[in-house]
Amino acid sequence: MKHLSEEELVLHYYGERADGAGEHLQACESCRTAFELLERVLHTMDGLEVPEPAEGYEGRVWRRLAPELDGPRADWWSAFASWLSPRRLVTAAAMTALVIAAFLAGRVSQQRQQVAGLSGPVRERIMLVAVGEHLDRSQMILVELVNNSSAGPVDISEQKQRARDLISENRLYRQAALNSGDRGVSSVLDDLERTLLEVAHSPSKLDSTEFQVIRERIEAEGIVFKIRVVGSNLREREQIPASATDSKAL
Amino acid sequence: MEQSDAAAIAQIRAGDADAFRVLMERHSRSVFRLAFRMTGNEHDAEDLVQETFLRAFRQIRKYDGRASFGTWLYRIAANCSLDLIRSRKRRQEQQTPVDEDGQELTATVRSETPAPDRLAFSGELQKLLGPALQRLSPVERTAFVLRHYEGMCIEDIGEALGVQAGAAKHSVFRAVQKLRRALEPAVSSARS
Repeated sequence: MKHLSEEELVLHYYGERADGAGEHLQACESCRTAFELLERVLHTMDGLEVPEPAEGYEGRVWRRLAPELDGPRADWWSAFASWLSPRRLVTAAAMTALVIAAFLAGRVSQQRQQVAGLSGPVRERIMLVAVGEHLDRSQMILVELVNNSSAGPVDISEQKQRARDLISENRLYRQAALNSGDRGVSSVLDDLERTLLEVAHSPSKLDSTEFQVIRERIEAEGIVFKIRVVGSNLREREQIPASATDSKAL
Repeated sequence: MEQSDAAAIAQIRAGDADAFRVLMERHSRSVFRLAFRMTGNEHDAEDLVQETFLRAFRQIRKYDGRASFGTWLYRIAANCSLDLIRSRKRRQEQQTPVDEDGQELTATVRSETPAPDRLAFSGELQKLLGPALQRLSPVERTAFVLRHYEGMCIEDIGEALGVQAGAAKHSVFRAVQKLRRALEPAVSSARS
């Protein structure tokens, strides 16, 4: 009887093709013993421990990665076409109107006040209000999703669009919070960004099981609760007199 | 609910870099596990995850969808790992000559093997696994990790390593052989 080679034993272990190896092992005690020893060694290798990355790992990877993702990968025409979306055109038109209005207003009033001239506390207050509103808008989307009790297919196209609109804003606020050392706010904004991205990149129409998954995920992460807590903290900070906020971060 | 990898890739190709985060969130932990097994430490593993996703983003147009995105990503991760290990090995060889086949290293594992009575504790056996894996040659380690832990078939491993299936099979076989040599005495004594 021709015994199985070491290579055939290895191939058999991994379920790769080793013709007749199974039958041979049943019949041959010596090969069976060799195979069992091989199994023991390879099962032992299964015990190699791999540490689970710490909480917030994905956010950490993304923060390091995002600045490296330079420029769109689309060809120029599809990038240009996507840039020319109606929503963006409306935004661009509004911004242009705003710039012209500001210019005219400046000319008429002859005031030379500059935006950069705003004091630190005033800038911070504006930021607090802006982040608070951003959190309110985000919370509204998530609450709508969580409270939707529809049993059949669900159309989330509206929430998806709103989530998409909030993503870049969220990134700016997160970066600002990070720069000012406000880890609590930046961490919640990081969680929120992940959730917004997931909603924004979901199909518009979800069947009940798919919808249930997203709902459960939002609930499991407790993101709505975190937003409420941070939102309420920010509102409290808005109430503090401007002079007292000089040294506070965002 | 989850957007498919293919849909995210289409969005990235259309210029939406944000969609890449969806892929990163979905695959980064498995890439980390692969990277950790390849490098044996968390710090290098995190760097490799970073490098893998960066390369994936830059090469996303080359992804042809024949294999799953995860498999494609593993190939990139395996290659990043190989690059890192090889550069480390070169540096190490400049300091201490090391046998390409890992023979000298296997001997080191043996010399580190505790007395049989201590091996009754599976924790002691555990300590031998990482070093035993780290002492395989870079290609053998990659082939073994992809086959044993990631369950990739020999053909895919060959493609990941840029070699014929026969050469990939040989690398897996050599890796198992060396692991057996390094661990069999310990495994046997742990059970007796």
